[in-house]
Amino acid sequence: MLLPTYGILAISVFLPLAVMAFFSILKRSPFDPGPLTFTIDNYLVFARRPYLIDVAWTSIQLGLWTTGACVAIGLPAALALAKATRGQSQKILFFLIILPFWSNGLVRIFSWTMVLRDGGVLDYAYHQLFPSAAPLGLLYSFPAIVIGLVHAYLPYMILTCYLSVSAIDDQFLEAARSLGARWPTLFLKIILPLAMPGIVAGSVLIFVPVIGSFMEPRILGGKTGVTMGTVIEDQFTQAFNWPLGSAMSFVMLGFILVLFGTFAGALKTRPVAAA
Amino acid sequence: MRTLGIGWLMVVVGFLYLPISVMMLMSFNASPFYTLPIEWTGHWFAQLAQNERLLDAGRNSLLVATVTAVIATICGTTAALVLGRGTFRGKRLFQILLLPPMAIPWLIIGTAMLVFFHWSGIGRGLHAMILGHVALSLPYVVLVVGTGIQTLKPELEEAAMSLGSTPAHAFFAVTLPGLMQSIIAAGLFAFAVSLDQFVVSYFLAKPGVTTLPVEIYSSIRKGFTPEINAISTLLLGVSMVLVLAFAWLSNLGSAAHERR
Repeated sequence: MLLPTYGILAISVFLPLAVMAFFSILKRSPFDPGPLTFTIDNYLVFARRPYLIDVAWTSIQLGLWTTGACVAIGLPAALALAKATRGQSQKILFFLIILPFWSNGLVRIFSWTMVLRDGGVLDYAYHQLFPSAAPLGLLYSFPAIVIGLVHAYLPYMILTCYLSVSAIDDQFLEAARSLGARWPTLFLKIILPLAMPGIVAGSVLIFVPVIGSFMEPRILGGKTGVTMGTVIEDQFTQAFNWPLGSAMSFVMLGFILVLFGTFAGALKTRPVAAA
Repeated sequence: MRTLGIGWLMVVVGFLYLPISVMMLMSFNASPFYTLPIEWTGHWFAQLAQNERLLDAGRNSLLVATVTAVIATICGTTAALVLGRGTFRGKRLFQILLLPPMAIPWLIIGTAMLVFFHWSGIGRGLHAMILGHVALSLPYVVLVVGTGIQTLKPELEEAAMSLGSTPAHAFFAVTLPGLMQSIIAAGLFAFAVSLDQFVVSYFLAKPGVTTLPVEIYSSIRKGFTPEINAISTLLLGVSMVLVLAFAWLSNLGSAAHERR
């Protein structure tokens, strides 16, 4: 009974990963003529091509900015959703936040080009106010990629934070307030520590796909959008250096596994609800 | 504090819907360069009806999503029943094996599939995409149906059997109907996962045989046309209807659960 499911998972996920590991230690693609030769050179590419370190750092920065912005926007939103709304209006707001998540991710990234481009909605509104100002030039920049990614992943953060925050007993807050605690104290001493599992879970769930993103930097970043994702994609679709691309994929995967390992505790509480 | 909170939520909802609404509005804008202010037209939707490439890709998308949903629902439901009801050694391992398809970035899974499918002779094309999409949606099907199983009382099946049902009859007469809502919801979920999937399809597409997101991506890269907005608007519409159906079904499920 388990065979169909795990058979398909084996063919589509586990065997591919194993074969990719094999490819990553080949000197050249097995489709080329000649005997197979093994090497670990592909894994030393970061040492041989120092610009790749910069690219990797760009990806990590992209992850940090996106995750940080999602916390800054999502935590207050989750707090408001859990504590300032109730009943039917809470249900509707919750649904409105989740709904865009289920629309096509590519289409949502594409839609930002129409908002951010010169002559787009933001630029147009800005020039209605300041007719002689220079073009905003928002599209094809690092911030544009971050905006698109925040838009793509914000619902994750709101969802995981909401699950933590809604579990906070109102009586805690009442008690602290009656003992004279002000809002900043209340937030730092009670809400933030109790929301931490949600923040960590949301952060990992956002950071991981962001450092693997390639379509978002391509569409919103233009020439400035060179990330590990786009470099890996190039190895498979342009340069056809599959062994090198495989090795880079595995370096990324290793990095991600370390992240999951580090934050396993926070994720274990609700791996399902977050998905 | 309360008003501030509500205000912030409104800002967030506004942020989430701003680009989507702009894109939809632009599909009715006469200017092919998205010039503002908008001049209304239905021209791009009419153009779309002539665009064989996009229509083909759309048909492929629906085909892949339908086949994916059927396969993933059948396999995933049987797996969920075994994992939900059975107690056996290694069960925990089987549950953990469901996580990688959800947790590993699509870029890595997609390129790994490309390498393996090409190397093993499975090749690229719609069948490869279906294999990939099924693998990506299976864990969700197991989760959704598994949740349904947890809310279903095993006593009902036992009662049926003590009243003279065979185990098979009890399963088909009691358990399966009770699970039907979760199974349909899981199927819709799998359909939506497949319809939205871009990255894996992108690596597994054969030249000339693509799905809608892959075709949209290459059109964007070549330079946009508002026909892309028109088809994207339709695609968003379909996704939203699917989610509404999913939400309605799972809501029905929980309401039925409360009544029990």
